[in-house]
Amino acid sequence: MITAIKNNFKYCLTVIFLAVFAVFTASANPEEGAKEGKFDAGKLIMEHISDSHEWHVTGEGASTIALPLPVILYTDKGLEVFSSSNFNHGETTYAGNYTYKLNEKNQVEVVGANNEVDAAATDKIWDISITKNVASLFFSAALLLFIFLSVASSYKKNAGKAPKGLQSFFEPIIIFIRDDIAKQSIGPKYERFMPYLLTIFFFIWFGNLLGMIPLLPGGANLTGNIAVTAVLAVITFIITTINANKNYWHHVFAMPGVPKPVLLILTPIEIMGVFLRPFVLMIRLFANITAGHIIALSFFCLIFIFGEMNKGLGLGIGIFAVAFNVFMGLLELLVALIQAYVFTLLSAIYFGAALEDPHHHDESVI
Amino acid sequence: MELVKPAIGLVFWMVITFGALFFILAKFAWKPILGMLNEREKTIADSLEQANKARAEMAALTSKNQDLLNQAKEERNAILHEAKEAADKLKNEMLAKAQQEVEAKIQTAFREIEIQKKAAITEVKNSVGLLALDIAEKVIRKDLKGNAEQLEYVNKLAKESNLN
Repeated sequence: MITAIKNNFKYCLTVIFLAVFAVFTASANPEEGAKEGKFDAGKLIMEHISDSHEWHVTGEGASTIALPLPVILYTDKGLEVFSSSNFNHGETTYAGNYTYKLNEKNQVEVVGANNEVDAAATDKIWDISITKNVASLFFSAALLLFIFLSVASSYKKNAGKAPKGLQSFFEPIIIFIRDDIAKQSIGPKYERFMPYLLTIFFFIWFGNLLGMIPLLPGGANLTGNIAVTAVLAVITFIITTINANKNYWHHVFAMPGVPKPVLLILTPIEIMGVFLRPFVLMIRLFANITAGHIIALSFFCLIFIFGEMNKGLGLGIGIFAVAFNVFMGLLELLVALIQAYVFTLLSAIYFGAALEDPHHHDESVI
Repeated sequence: MELVKPAIGLVFWMVITFGALFFILAKFAWKPILGMLNEREKTIADSLEQANKARAEMAALTSKNQDLLNQAKEERNAILHEAKEAADKLKNEMLAKAQQEVEAKIQTAFREIEIQKKAAITEVKNSVGLLALDIAEKVIRKDLKGNAEQLEYVNKLAKESNLN
């Protein structure tokens, strides 16, 4: 009986929530309809998962509520810094050394006198703006610094005592990375890789989690951005290459115990593998996190697509979409951790392969 | 596909931010944290080892104590045994000595008695001789007076002498 009431209550809450949502959408729809006609799910999703010069909160077009972020351009006429609010969400241009405007992809372009895009000049400018992802990157870096410096200080304070608070939450994770990732994959020389492994693990994990928060400190698709994953993968590649011993290169260029004609095929594959491994690292993290965002957004878009046909249908789909997104959210929490773990583990395995001793061949590490 | 084209600005900031984050965390977070973890693990391992050592020492000490106790018991038994033997010996010696003394005393007593006896006998003999002489003298004197009277006199003398 009580559970039935409880269930009813939950059901009612969901319906109220969706009703409010529907009213909100209904009020938003005429504007949208007036400007662009139909609701474009693809455009909305792409906007959410790609970078932006402002930190979007809500609204569309001129009624957008967003945190403007600084635009920094390195041009042949010098450095230019101005607020992205000058663009009015892409409505207006800004006149600096050149005249700039935002295109539909949220990129800064140089426009000529007749308001047409000057492609040659656009190619010359370097956009190093504090975009949404850069701001999110700063925020997660600050968060990591705050958390781990305070954890480090509590280690100093509690020296020789049992861990407390935040320290006791992160200690098992740190020990797990040390014992089950670094020691297992790298071997006795694991210690010099620990700072990097710990940093990427927590950076990716925190970045993934922040991406799941829909509002301001989060909401960016930081670890699902290819630039971020590319930098991480390249660092892993550089560390692997710098630390690689003779045995590693011997395995790449002349796999021992393989006849010469086979080497003709194997060596190019191995050389490709050296570059393919960081490439796959980059793609895996990018694809997993971006896919998570796309799934969540797609289900929310379903509400509006069906809502456009029929409000009741939108409401019905809304119940289903919210329930599914709660489930997906839980799954994404897991994925956030797993992807951080996988990236760290694979990096450690590559370091281990680079350091491998020629005398013993541990086949468990592939 | 904008999605798979790394934006140069983000790469730039990522390299700077991640680099700074890495160096700061490495120096001020991971180093002390890992150091403290190692130290604590070492302390725990050392403590366990020490506890084991202490336990082994305790066991050794206990067995040593037992040994000492056993030794002490043995010694005590030996001492008791010796004391008993000594006491027995002394007792026997004393008994023997006492017996000897008693025997010697008895001997002396016998000798004394013998001497006394001999002296007494000699005295008796002397007395008897004198008495006999006396009697004989008196008998001889009376004999000269009459027979009946003589007999009476002898009897009277005999009564008087009263030999015991």
